[in-house]
Amino acid sequence: MSDVYVVGTDMIKFGRFPDRTVPKMGGEAALMALADAGLSIKDMQAFYCGNLMQSGNTIGQKILAEIGQTGIPVVNCANACATGATAFREGWTAIKAGLYDAVLCVGVEQMGRGLLGSGDVQEGIPTEGILGSNTMPTMFSELGMEHQRKYGTTFEQFAKVSVKNHHHSVANPKSMYQIETPLDVVMNAEMISYPNTKLMCSVNVDGAAAAVIMSEKKVKELGLMSRAVRVKASAMTSDPYTPHNLTLPDFNTCTRMCVEQAYEMAGVGPEDVNLVELHDCFATAEIMHYENLGLCDEGMGGQLIDSGATQHGGRVPVNVSGGLLSKGHPLGATGIAGIYEITTHLRGEAGARQVEGAKIGMTHVVGLGNACAIHILEKVS
Amino acid sequence: MTEQAVSTGPLPIVPFVKLPEDAEPYLEGYKCQACGAVYVGERNTCSKCFATDKMEAVKLAGTGRLYTYTVVYRSFPGTKVPFVSAVVDLDGGGTIKGNLINIEPDPEKINTDMPVKVVFADAGRQDKQGNSYISYFFEPAESA
Ligand SMILES: CC(C)(COP(=O)(O)OP(=O)(O)OC[C@H]1O[C@@H](n2cnc3c(N)ncnc32)[C@H](O)[C@@H]1OP(=O)(O)O)[C@@H](O)C(=O)NCCC(=O)NCCS
Ligand SMILES: [Zn+2]
Repeated sequence: MSDVYVVGTDMIKFGRFPDRTVPKMGGEAALMALADAGLSIKDMQAFYCGNLMQSGNTIGQKILAEIGQTGIPVVNCANACATGATAFREGWTAIKAGLYDAVLCVGVEQMGRGLLGSGDVQEGIPTEGILGSNTMPTMFSELGMEHQRKYGTTFEQFAKVSVKNHHHSVANPKSMYQIETPLDVVMNAEMISYPNTKLMCSVNVDGAAAAVIMSEKKVKELGLMSRAVRVKASAMTSDPYTPHNLTLPDFNTCTRMCVEQAYEMAGVGPEDVNLVELHDCFATAEIMHYENLGLCDEGMGGQLIDSGATQHGGRVPVNVSGGLLSKGHPLGATGIAGIYEITTHLRGEAGARQVEGAKIGMTHVVGLGNACAIHILEKVS
Repeated sequence: MTEQAVSTGPLPIVPFVKLPEDAEPYLEGYKCQACGAVYVGERNTCSKCFATDKMEAVKLAGTGRLYTYTVVYRSFPGTKVPFVSAVVDLDGGGTIKGNLINIEPDPEKINTDMPVKVVFADAGRQDKQGNSYISYFFEPAESA
């Protein structure tokens, strides 16, 4: 099976664009990624499109209607917050299978403000506030409190995640926010669901990201190896049975299963990874995923953030893009935005936020339902 | 299958709240006779051991322990805050989410692993047809 390479990737600056449409934003990112590779839509043999909120609308075809209708197959993917990563992985799978040599992957989303969902029901009565809460912040706060219960992790430690990721975003011009956000500001912001304050919740934004991926043969044929980045591993899991899972979504077990497969496929371990873009949809989640991804020992997530190891310049910088907490979380775009971030560092093109000497990077996303997707990317010598 | 309610009395908020006419309300679960996994509500197949014909209805315990929780300060429009969203491990199996009541909604006052009991009461909301609903809630077991 051929190795698969990212040869072109880009993202639009995340923000709020009520006057743009999903196909227009997706098309813009697609053209940017194609231009990054020096290619055109004519060179693409298939197109994998990730979008969640308009998943019934053949968004991929509408993107092609914006940028070039070549008649190639389009696969529209929806997989909760793993939507973009799923689209990327579908493209990877097709190249691995030898079906195509060059495909386009796009993730795009347009979001409203406020809490996701509405709690409204067709029949009966809304159960929110009676049978507990089912908002996204609540789920990840309950998981944070599970971590606190097991390991004594504190509100302050969770809050530090947000301080760090907002700090990182100051150096990322494509981030929604570029604002230093000190600990007292984070901790004194509106409490949404304890211990996640508003600034510890990912921000809803509009965004799009794209990647052009290729077989080794094609990369060589087109002479694109100098800026190519190798996809060392692509792994995906759903949530296996665990006793609490059906009531308290278990993002830990599916992440652990997924990363084990990814490390094995890549032939590397957590100690080899130079930077990570992980799914910090809430500050509590980042601490959980430190342990899930093997960046530290079980129960040591709180100490890892305290130590500064995951800060830019530390042992294993996490979310140097600003993460979902500050860069923003346009659901379907997030997975491919992570690929863009890691690729940019491995190419040595990340400017002020460059992680020096980065050779191996990892992306991780989880979606409620559950879906976990992990990619390990490697610099080509 | 859930029977269509025709009575004029209050309805169960979810199908696994059982309101027998001549006995106390209870929560219904299903237990896998092959591996012992306990599920809240009805199901046919065991997602733990994959057995397809081993599910039996069981009465879930009215007591348990607080596994985890959060205090919710912002919720969907029309929901009164703050309240405690609690995840409870019922004694004998089954994990279930609901409001923890009769306790101050203050993280300082709430301890994970504390014993709780299941109580049933009017849900405090009516549907468009004007039906009332009975819900389950959790409260600290010490207050018994
Ligand atoms: C927390 C949440 C409810 C707040 O939403 P909201 O009602 O739109 O926010 P508010 O109007 O109260 O406040 C917005 C302001 O707060 C600040 N703010 C909110 N989140 C912020 C963040 N993560 N970083 C920095 N500032 C933030 C900004 O100043 C913002 O103003 P702006 O929109 O003009 O830039 C919402 O962001 C949320 O639900 N996030 C989670 C999304 C989610 O569940 N994603 C899927 C996860 S898997
Ligand atoms: Zn079983």
